[in-house]
Amino acid sequence: MSETDTIAAISTPLGEAGICIVRISGRDALNIAGEIFHAPKRKSIHEIPSRTINYGKIVDPLSGQAVDEVLLSVMKAPFTYTREDIVEINCHGGISASKKVLELVLEKGARLAEPGEFTKRAFLNGRIDLSQAEAVMDLISAKTDTALTLALSQLEGGLSKKIHLIMESLLSILANIEAVIDFPEEDIDEITTQQIIDTIGKSIEDIKGLLETSDTGKIIKEGLNTVIIGKPNVGKSSLLNALLDEKRAIVTNIPGTTRDIIEEFINIKGIPLKIVDTAGIRETEDIIERIGVEKTKEFLHKADLVLIMLDAADELTKEDILIMELVNDKRSIILINKSDLPQKLDEDEVYKMAGTNPVLKISVLENLGIDDLKQQIADMFFKGEIEQKGSVIITNIRHQDLLKKALNNLKDAENAVSLGMPLDLITIDIKEAYYKLGEIIGETVGDTIIDEIFSRFCVGK
Amino acid sequence: MTTYKAGKYDVIVVGAGHAGCEAALACARMGLKTVVFTINLDSIALMPCNPAIGGPAKGHLVREVDALGGEMAVNTDKSLIQMKMLNTKKGPAVRALRAQTDKRIYQDSMKLTLERQDNLDVKQAEVVEIIVKNGKVQGVVTRTGAVFEGKAVIITTGVYLKSRIIIGEVNFSGGPSGLFPANRLSECLKGFGFELGRFKTDTSPRIDIRSIDFSKMTIQYGDEKIIPFSFTTPHIEIEQVPCWLTYTTEETKNIILDNIGRSPLFKGDIKGKGPRYCPSIEDKVVRFMDKPRHQVFIEPEGRTTTEIYVQGMNTSLPEDIQVKMIRTIPGLENAEIMRAGYGIEYDYIVPTQLKPNLETKTINGLFTAGQINGTSGYEEAAAQGIIAGINAALYVKGEEPLLLDRSDAYIGVLIDDLITKGIKEPYRMLTSRAEYRLILRQDNADLRLTEKGYRLGLIDEERYKKFLKKKEMIETELQRLTETKLTPTEEIQEKLTDELGSSPLKEPSNLIELLRRPEIKYDSLKVFDYDTQHELPREAKEQVEIQVKYKGYIEKQTNQISQFKRMESRKLPKDIDYDKIKGLRTEARENLKKVMPDSIGQASRISGVNPADISILLIYLEQQKRIRSAEDDK
Repeated sequence: MSETDTIAAISTPLGEAGICIVRISGRDALNIAGEIFHAPKRKSIHEIPSRTINYGKIVDPLSGQAVDEVLLSVMKAPFTYTREDIVEINCHGGISASKKVLELVLEKGARLAEPGEFTKRAFLNGRIDLSQAEAVMDLISAKTDTALTLALSQLEGGLSKKIHLIMESLLSILANIEAVIDFPEEDIDEITTQQIIDTIGKSIEDIKGLLETSDTGKIIKEGLNTVIIGKPNVGKSSLLNALLDEKRAIVTNIPGTTRDIIEEFINIKGIPLKIVDTAGIRETEDIIERIGVEKTKEFLHKADLVLIMLDAADELTKEDILIMELVNDKRSIILINKSDLPQKLDEDEVYKMAGTNPVLKISVLENLGIDDLKQQIADMFFKGEIEQKGSVIITNIRHQDLLKKALNNLKDAENAVSLGMPLDLITIDIKEAYYKLGEIIGETVGDTIIDEIFSRFCVGK
Repeated sequence: MTTYKAGKYDVIVVGAGHAGCEAALACARMGLKTVVFTINLDSIALMPCNPAIGGPAKGHLVREVDALGGEMAVNTDKSLIQMKMLNTKKGPAVRALRAQTDKRIYQDSMKLTLERQDNLDVKQAEVVEIIVKNGKVQGVVTRTGAVFEGKAVIITTGVYLKSRIIIGEVNFSGGPSGLFPANRLSECLKGFGFELGRFKTDTSPRIDIRSIDFSKMTIQYGDEKIIPFSFTTPHIEIEQVPCWLTYTTEETKNIILDNIGRSPLFKGDIKGKGPRYCPSIEDKVVRFMDKPRHQVFIEPEGRTTTEIYVQGMNTSLPEDIQVKMIRTIPGLENAEIMRAGYGIEYDYIVPTQLKPNLETKTINGLFTAGQINGTSGYEEAAAQGIIAGINAALYVKGEEPLLLDRSDAYIGVLIDDLITKGIKEPYRMLTSRAEYRLILRQDNADLRLTEKGYRLGLIDEERYKKFLKKKEMIETELQRLTETKLTPTEEIQEKLTDELGSSPLKEPSNLIELLRRPEIKYDSLKVFDYDTQHELPREAKEQVEIQVKYKGYIEKQTNQISQFKRMESRKLPKDIDYDKIKGLRTEARENLKKVMPDSIGQASRISGVNPADISILLIYLEQQKRIRSAEDDK
């Protein structure tokens, strides 16, 4: 609400454009972007001339990993849309990458912009003509309505219920603490430090659990990145076709037929999958194919799930071992294909290498085990506990941002309790967390603590 | 009715309860010719409910009234018979003083203070009419026909507007403690178009101390060392009077439940909404059926009376049931009731009709304060009283009003809640209502508000100098603690580990850093203090300790406050027409029209106003600003 902080948002319509723009506006726009933008030759963001487009990478400072290759432009105040410093980051890695970029920007101190806020600032800072004031107001109310509808639809299902549950337990300790504070001589059971620690600890775990699902959320929107990999002619394209129920990739028995990466979207038991059929990984002289192999490695890096295919009718080759080693940090399913043929493969060895990853015997040709595979994919992502429709997923960056803030507040509170800080200080952080959660579900939490005191405790002399 | 011209005043105060007394004193002390009316001169500063002042949040209010130059704290110090600092272990923000007072002395000494006050006349009369011309207050008319002219009028009539006393099946028009009600004034206010609501509250029976068996109760003493309420009281040495604690029994519950059909509360005879924080015993029993017993505090009403207040037994049950019920309580088996408990229903003015200076929005110069605004409690009344008094005086002088916001004082929270959110039950101050409560402590009320009181002329030079000295002492000491460095010598490490039970130093540190350790108190720093000259007064020590120990949290709240202040400083024009602003949602528009907020900040606290509405308001403000400047250019 205040016009002195720095705001950020994805400023391209979600899910339409191939390029997403993360826009940052405000005093700290350059500093914030500077912390995560790595230009070639380590040029500082402050050296970048205004109104130029610059290539570089967005790097997560914590992990040191590149999130996306981007084009970044700096526009210095006052000659910008908002009359503030603006940085725009053009992300190429799709919605999920741009969301990650936005997340980093928020972590570095920007605040998620309210609907229509860039335009609001543009107007308040004198950029937009007076005659457009009403149009700006309309825009804000329209955008807010859309955002509300969107946020609400995302709240349906389990999320709002889960948040309510966390809030309830926080409310319960808050009301207890406040009742003891405001009615010191009533016979209310004093809350123990242990009770406070337990409740905060439980809430921290719950919020962490919700935040972990934010990756699943991404999967649901974009499709789960699945890569099929295996030595040439093991049946990768046939599997893709079997899953797709149609012939798409060129299937021959000549090894190396698939030279391009083939991407397909399919829906397995309600989970959208973006499946990538890769060129076979194999030492090769064929330059075209080599490009395919390099790309395969790149896709593997991004994969959420890897389907490794082995040939039952062949012995475990060097290539197979190489592949399995290559993806040993990924969630994988090992498929022993051609299980209808006489078996030569050393199964024990496969299980040993598979570790905790499941191993399935299938035959694409005979359509054996394909359903088991589908079930396995579903189980792995929902652990069989939650149905896809009602599953709790955090897809909304605003929700994610607020959850993270609430989490930090609760960690502070936990720390304060362990330092032996008095009750009145501990409540500062717990209340803050409580309000943040309330913002997610759009509830006014104004007098709820006081109401809770009176409904739970017989106070008043 | 024949009327006569009875006199001219700058300010007329109607009612001499806790709000009226502060209002009248503030006006007179600011140099205005003031008169205060009361229905009965013997009811000045009456405590018709419990004989206590303070408690969490309420004690904070008393300290704030004191820092502004009000009387409540001083008067409590003069009349207290027991003092306790509550919540000592729950943190600096919520520590609170609570005094048991001698009711009679409280009244007498307040009455004398009013009587001796320059510029102030004290008169017994029932005001029945407010005179208003052209939207401006002109004076008042009394029941006996006296017309007093006044430039400003402050109504502080408490629960007397159309009050009705209810004891079981018996009910009659009347004020508290056998006093007259004020029926006609209520009609007069309605005539001006004010919206009035109806609340109820009740009080407990008083019993004769001679009929109590104290051996069956737990005795409760005051603090060994009394910390006075007022920043001006150096120390208090008195013999304190104890209170006692006992409990209701299963039998008490049975009697209440057996006779619940005779309860006016449950029969529906009482229509006014009562407070949840101060429920009657019949309400407690019914709502918390599983609770086997409820606390009952036995509190003396003073040193010169045998009347005892039975805290926790508020009731409007029939008198015969009250007798039976009281006698089921251990120690009260033979209790003799001297005054029966009663419920009281009264009119209040819906407080969203007020401006932040407590002036009514529709009539210039007409102020209201205290229970008439829908609050309950002596302290809440006094807090509004002094603000209404100050602002009525400033209004007459033609000066800018004194506005306290939510980050300045509990008083600010109280007034903002009343005028912004409105109320659904009698409003009581709670520390949990204050979002910046670590900053709004009772110990620093003087640091927050004395300067303001001084500028208004309510704090005299001598007190102000003392205050400046205290501030300076705190600064000097903080400076000294920063500059005093300890190196980890063997001697120092030993003192830390053996004498203070702390951990040894890893590197040279100053005393501030040491004081930040939870286990080290200010006084334990003496161990390292080579400069023995430094004996600070208790209040200064307390500030140093709190400011150092809780620095991180204090900074957190200070940052929140500067955000808040920015929003408060964006003022909304008084003539704003919300119907002309496109894009506001209907609910927001209606509520904005009702409250007519002063600032963007206040607007954002109105229920039903969301951030998008606020954005639209900001755009609208900017639009208007540009239109104006474009016109100026022409």
